[in-house]
Amino acid sequence: MTAVEDVGPLLQVRDLRRYYPIRKGVIARTVGQVRAVDGVSFDVYPGETVGIVGESGCGKSTTGRAVVRLEAPTAGSVLFDGTDIATLSPARMRRLRTELQMVFQDPYSSLNPQIRIGDLLAEPLIAHKRLDRAGARAKAAEMLATVGLPKLSLDRYPHELSGGMRQRVGIARALMLEPRLIVCDEPVSALDVSIQAQVLNLLKDLQGEFGLTYVFISHGLGAIKYISDRIVVMYLGKVMETATTAEIFARPRHPYTEILLDAYPEPDPRLRDRERIIVEGDVPSPANPPPGCVFHTRCPYAQDICRAEAPPLNAAGGARHQVACHFPLAQEAS
Amino acid sequence: MSVTPPVTASTLLRVDGLRTEFTTDQGPVTPVDGVGFTVAAGETLCLVGESGSGKSVSALSIMGLLAGNGRVTEGSVMFEGQDLAGLPEPELRRIRGHAIAMIFQEPMTSLNPVLTIGDQLAETMILHLGLTKAEARQRAIELLEKVGIPRAGAVVDDHPHRLSGGMRQRVMIAMALSCRPKLIIADEPTTALDVTIQAQILRLMRELSAETGTATIFITHDLGVVAEMADRVAVMYAGQVVEETDVYTLFDQPKHPYTVALLKSIPHITTPAGDRLTPISGSVPSLLHLPTGCRFRERCPHAMDRCATELPELRPLGGGVGEGEHSVRCWLYDETGTAVPA
Repeated sequence: MTAVEDVGPLLQVRDLRRYYPIRKGVIARTVGQVRAVDGVSFDVYPGETVGIVGESGCGKSTTGRAVVRLEAPTAGSVLFDGTDIATLSPARMRRLRTELQMVFQDPYSSLNPQIRIGDLLAEPLIAHKRLDRAGARAKAAEMLATVGLPKLSLDRYPHELSGGMRQRVGIARALMLEPRLIVCDEPVSALDVSIQAQVLNLLKDLQGEFGLTYVFISHGLGAIKYISDRIVVMYLGKVMETATTAEIFARPRHPYTEILLDAYPEPDPRLRDRERIIVEGDVPSPANPPPGCVFHTRCPYAQDICRAEAPPLNAAGGARHQVACHFPLAQEAS
Repeated sequence: MSVTPPVTASTLLRVDGLRTEFTTDQGPVTPVDGVGFTVAAGETLCLVGESGSGKSVSALSIMGLLAGNGRVTEGSVMFEGQDLAGLPEPELRRIRGHAIAMIFQEPMTSLNPVLTIGDQLAETMILHLGLTKAEARQRAIELLEKVGIPRAGAVVDDHPHRLSGGMRQRVMIAMALSCRPKLIIADEPTTALDVTIQAQILRLMRELSAETGTATIFITHDLGVVAEMADRVAVMYAGQVVEETDVYTLFDQPKHPYTVALLKSIPHITTPAGDRLTPISGSVPSLLHLPTGCRFRERCPHAMDRCATELPELRPLGGGVGEGEHSVRCWLYDETGTAVPA
């Protein structure tokens, strides 16, 4: 773990909410709201990787996009180094943009197909750092080497590269402005199995080299475990549990975390008949979340209070372990 | 050419030397090139591979469901004594959906959006089993119950868009089971689903295959899913089977350098954090520019001179027919199936 306890967090997300209106009819009257993110709080310390894990519709991507202000939050604050970027003016946000970058899932749809890789990488330097074209291209060439791409790629178009190479370009582009925080949104999910480890290792190496801080969003528990120092588990727009990676995997306190771990198909056939809980039912719609604890409809331990009252995110013993559950699981190893 | 897989009394399907060619704008490609494997009655064979490995095209070739620009140019697909590769379409249609059923990755695109769930389930049963409409509807409800759909009596009259992804995949499974097939080919059936829903569907498929004795060819890119589902595994790479064995041997003693590398490159969650993942260098070759000799050699840490000139065959380890439980396509093992000293 790279984070130092007595240094303040680089990023503080507090009670973040992002609601989308549901509109109907010819005048597009608002008839309801999808609560994609519904009161999310977490901290990210300098130099660490915080993984956000959850299934589709849990709000992990919306949270990530709000952190870099690709989405304006409905409510709540996103403090980056003490500045609330949720309410920042566009001009000041533009200046801060260099510090906050994003790597997307599909490097193909996030790279302009008509622009050569060299220009793609040089462009932010020209726009933000006022470098001339030659200077920016030289930096681009350096960065390609850093992410393990041949210099020849400078004059290639995105479609000429394989998926893994394109994701290296996506990472290189995020690095060009020397950001402090990078939000990686499912950066390996679209890649072939044999390529995922290449990209995960590259992200780890770059973190060491440049002292980067990551928010790593994924539905893949394997990748999340491999890269994260701490983990935020989300379900239906809310944080269920947050703790160090070791704690989450060894001693999950939230029933949803336990169920998520149990559901993971571990590549070991001797574990196929292990004792585990497989929950029935589907994730409820975020347009109509259940009352009380949002997980109660699928929770094997739900009681009356779970159906009535949403549990707050409370301290659950050591190492900044927090859990949002009326009846957290016992602390012994499960 | 490739070795003939051993035929035993329980062999249900034997694919041998299958070669499928597609014509494309950039010239002909051969996404399946000499694929062979067997499936015994009641067993689950996982075909595992990355994109472009030919696993899905193999399945479509077996079923005779290739797109217009694709055709099987060589090989045989023996199913219950009949070669499906040479069968005319009307006869193939009698087998498809009846003796062999298929489940696809995206149930929404394989379900008809304008028909009710019940009508779609009934259609095949009326066609293949000669049931009356009322009988078929009754059996449709039973099947929906069997695959764990709550309120089956009401869902039978719903349209597919009313169901969640997991529920639609249950409907697809019900449909596949409707004519009591001997073989189900499931192509990435849980890839589009969330992990907790995937766990439900995998458990359901395992329970159903144990109960009905239906054999399954389960196609996936996920070695975790292989570990959960397979009796035997065929690992595919660039259009060929490179290793075939039972699931425990595959994970305990993988022999092909690709399988070994693949297993080292994937993270585990039950072991404590620590070891750095070892990625496979390079990427899967394009079908238009396949390397000479062994197709994995450019990424292989053990590649020798011979690998560049000669394509190895899939050969049983330990030599001798009958012991062909573990087959590998690699020059690290000689004609007798013993490891070649480095």
